[in-house]
Amino acid sequence: MTSQSLIKVSMKVSISLLILGLWFLMVISVPFLDLHPDEVVLENILLFGEQQNLSESGSPGLGFLGYDDLGRPLFDRLMVGAYTSFMVTFGVIIVSMLVGTGIGVISGYVGGHWDHFMTRIIDIFMAFPGILLAIALSGLMGPGITNVIIALSIVGWVGYARLSRAQVMAIKQREHVQSAKALGASHTRIIVLHILPLIVAPLLIEFTFGIASVVIAEAGLSFLGLGVQAPQASWGSMIRDGTQYLLMAPHMVLVPGIALMLVVLAVNMLGDAVRDKLDVKSH
Amino acid sequence: MLNYIISRLASALIVIFGVVFIVFMLIHMVPGDPVEVMLGESATAVDREALRHSLGLDLPLWQQFYQFISGLLHFDLGYSLHSRQAISEIISARIGPTLELTLASLFVASIIAFPLGILAALKKDKLADAAAMSFSLLGVSIPNFLMGPLLILLFSVLLGWFPVSGKSGLNSLVLPALTLGTALAAVLSRMIRASLLEILNEDYIRTAKAKGLSRTRIIGLHALRNAMLPVITLIGLQIGALLAGAVITEIVFSWPGLGQLTIESIQKRDYPVVQACILLISTTYVVVNTLTDIVYGLLDPRIRLES
Repeated sequence: MTSQSLIKVSMKVSISLLILGLWFLMVISVPFLDLHPDEVVLENILLFGEQQNLSESGSPGLGFLGYDDLGRPLFDRLMVGAYTSFMVTFGVIIVSMLVGTGIGVISGYVGGHWDHFMTRIIDIFMAFPGILLAIALSGLMGPGITNVIIALSIVGWVGYARLSRAQVMAIKQREHVQSAKALGASHTRIIVLHILPLIVAPLLIEFTFGIASVVIAEAGLSFLGLGVQAPQASWGSMIRDGTQYLLMAPHMVLVPGIALMLVVLAVNMLGDAVRDKLDVKSH
Repeated sequence: MLNYIISRLASALIVIFGVVFIVFMLIHMVPGDPVEVMLGESATAVDREALRHSLGLDLPLWQQFYQFISGLLHFDLGYSLHSRQAISEIISARIGPTLELTLASLFVASIIAFPLGILAALKKDKLADAAAMSFSLLGVSIPNFLMGPLLILLFSVLLGWFPVSGKSGLNSLVLPALTLGTALAAVLSRMIRASLLEILNEDYIRTAKAKGLSRTRIIGLHALRNAMLPVITLIGLQIGALLAGAVITEIVFSWPGLGQLTIESIQKRDYPVVQACILLISTTYVVVNTLTDIVYGLLDPRIRLES
């Protein structure tokens, strides 16, 4: 790797980390700010960058991102949307990663009939395209943050299971695992000490790209009206509200849209960088 | 070869059976009593019992599943709770628009991705490569439900070139196909680049160069033909993303396809229709994947011999 491309890579990584840091900052500042995301002020309907009528409570953003079709401050809604998307994303990733990796590792390690059975189950879940199953599940279970996390986790664990199973299948044939076995190490010890550390790298790559797909999936469900319960703000539902006022108030789509795009872009750039760094094949 | 085809078909059948089971179980995922949810609180006990009976929900689970399967095998998907129409009728009216949209998007994706991916591979690490890959990264990062409104804002609201929504002639297909197609183009152009780069490192390309063949001939005749093989498979695998993306794109543009029907039925709590839509989209995906596998095996003997 030349020094020039190294600089380019680290620049990409810094920009990504900056954006993600900002996202995180938005999330942790939500409880401390005096936000009024659901406050309806009729005088402010669809306003952007004009004289605004502040309510007596006043939002900390002072309406600098404009107002939506109900006169709610977009700054406040954007902040709460950041929170929603962050909570759902990490909720889903933690659940899917624990369940998926657990099932994948055990399945790959034990092998035999159990593995055969689990592979079939994984194949069946992979047969549902994209977030279609999540759409059906959250549609049936009804809106709400917990239901969204459940629906996306039911779809999400499969990727981790497939990946970790394939990794374990390859690693358990290696000599260091064979010798640990010969020395009489317990299965738990072999899995935790001799196998898991070796599958961390590919899992980390999957984890990073996973953030992007869950952020998009949550926003997509909310866009369809199947995500969090209204009036709680989500970037996806903010975009949906805005699509009806594209002519009069494009800021309603642009504000949450740009935020969503930046986060996904940052995660994807970071994912590329992590993959380039960890993937031995591409060196 | 026959063995390969049979084994692919057999595993596809098992997967489809599993998919049917999950879709069947979906209705039991409804919290509380699904009949109550469907009819609302004002329904009388008699109405509820009637619906419970007509959906077979009063039977033991295994009998319900048996009825569900035997209905499917007779192409009997049941009736809509909302319009009382046969679901097969409702669905068949919606297949055409979705098919039109997916094929148009596939076309859009191909005419963007092939030139872009090939250019990026040939100009690797140059400005053109960086530009093409930045476009691709941007394309992956803008979800359909954002790309759609942005395109509407530019081409319908500001320029007035295309209708905002609905299905009325070829003109109305452009923006939905562009929305769905650019997302796929972004993924596809990366794959084309990677695949072509791998081939360009092969020995036989070096031999062709050493023979003094022209660059156009080497790339056109030797490299592209082989690089396209995995790409075609990958297009097949991307059909799933396309079908799921179509659901959201259809909502953005009020496109009267299967995706719109799915979401409408979810909103109306017309669960039998939801089940039928999900089942149809998923089985289509499995069938396309299996066909892709088989075609790939036919074209590349290494694949079928490996498995």
